[in-house]
Amino acid sequence: MTRVLRITGVTLFAVILWQALVSATGLPRFILPAPTLVFDTLWKSRALIAQHALVTGTEVLLGLLIGAALGFGTALLLAASHLARAVLRPMLVFSQAVPVFALAPILTLWLGYGLWSKIAMALLIIYFPVTSAFFDALMRTPTGWLELAKVMGSTPLRMLWRIQVPAAMPGFASGLRLAAVYAPIGAIIGEWVGASQGLGYLMLLANGRAKTDLMFAALIALAVLTLVLHAAVDRLCRRWDR
Amino acid sequence: MTSPALSLSGSASIGGEQVFAPLVFTVPAGQWTCLLGPSGVGKSTILRLFAGLDDGITFDGQITTSNDLPFKGRVSLMAQSDLLMPWLDLPENVCLGARLRGESADLTRACHLLTQVGLSDHLDKRPTALSGGQRQRVALARTLMEDRPIVLLDEPFSALDAKSRAQMQNLAADLLTGRTVLHVTHDTAEAARLADQVLLMGANGITCPTPPQTHPPRAFDAPETQGFDGYLLRLMLEAT
Repeated sequence: MTRVLRITGVTLFAVILWQALVSATGLPRFILPAPTLVFDTLWKSRALIAQHALVTGTEVLLGLLIGAALGFGTALLLAASHLARAVLRPMLVFSQAVPVFALAPILTLWLGYGLWSKIAMALLIIYFPVTSAFFDALMRTPTGWLELAKVMGSTPLRMLWRIQVPAAMPGFASGLRLAAVYAPIGAIIGEWVGASQGLGYLMLLANGRAKTDLMFAALIALAVLTLVLHAAVDRLCRRWDR
Repeated sequence: MTSPALSLSGSASIGGEQVFAPLVFTVPAGQWTCLLGPSGVGKSTILRLFAGLDDGITFDGQITTSNDLPFKGRVSLMAQSDLLMPWLDLPENVCLGARLRGESADLTRACHLLTQVGLSDHLDKRPTALSGGQRQRVALARTLMEDRPIVLLDEPFSALDAKSRAQMQNLAADLLTGRTVLHVTHDTAEAARLADQVLLMGANGITCPTPPQTHPPRAFDAPETQGFDGYLLRLMLEAT
């Protein structure tokens, strides 16, 4: 309850500050619209915003699911095989030298203007953090547990599945929490490069027509979407926290 | 189940540095042997060699069992830390070995063993809900579940409070009867209570002080236990 009150208080304070800034400076509405105007637009264009939010939400969710699954699988492979570690790890690190944002035009070229180029962006942006967090956790399994398993006559694969994986789930959860915040960034970048729907597309469209209030309204919708996603992922991940 | 005697002869080094000079000793079959000595003398290295956890250890010598059967699959280990899996409930923790070997887990027997170690009221709990002493009881149940003729104990009671330690010593001595137990400890009082045989390890090798004739677990306040405890302590001080 205190947490809800605190968040509400901070949000209210930010809105009041925003309104005071607009009133004090007299900035034109196409530079900084007043919060009252933004909330009015948000309400009046709710159907339009919801329609685009649904598209962005789908891209983010699918990117998150596929990226998390691929990250989980890659980390397992890296932990299970020396060969995979020798071959894949340098490639993974090298791939991080390429800014993912710079890949957006190429992905649009290859996958088209539809959902898949945005899903791929969201997926790429979360793949490394998830893989890295889970792999690090897999390799940090307490030695005592592994030695006990060895004395008990475990095979390496069963040791991985029954001890290392459950022991590393808190690490996977922290990767997933990060991913829930990163994935929307990927989807929006993808939409900025080329799209015909989605909140990123709507923001660009509103910007082009100097409808800054709609841009802000779309931004608020995006922030809410990200917060809801993070809260949902956080709730899911709590079962793995110890 | 026939519990064999264990023999070791040889020396060990880690990273080129000698851990112990050439040693020869035997752990008698079906008895409780305490391997006693100050820290850093190589007790744990010996235990690791018997457990097959010899990564990084260069051992020059021989480790054998009296019936010439291999160690693999005939040893269970109980360490200082309980090593319970926090995501499993108690019966599943006790059945861990079977799960890791791909065998079917006998949960009924696991519950029976947990009852034997006095945890019948905690069967549906996870390890985090237990005290240190209770957790070590689960570890003992897990060791019993493995049902191995050779049991290696690496200071399993040293982190417990005095009361839990005394209770665990009694319980373990009772439930591990008949198995070949090698118990690494630096606690002379513990060795005086539990050992059928004591191997005292010092910088100059191993000696075998003779324990009292009474059957372990000996009463901690019995004159012969206290006398032997004092004697062991004096030998340890003289050896270092």
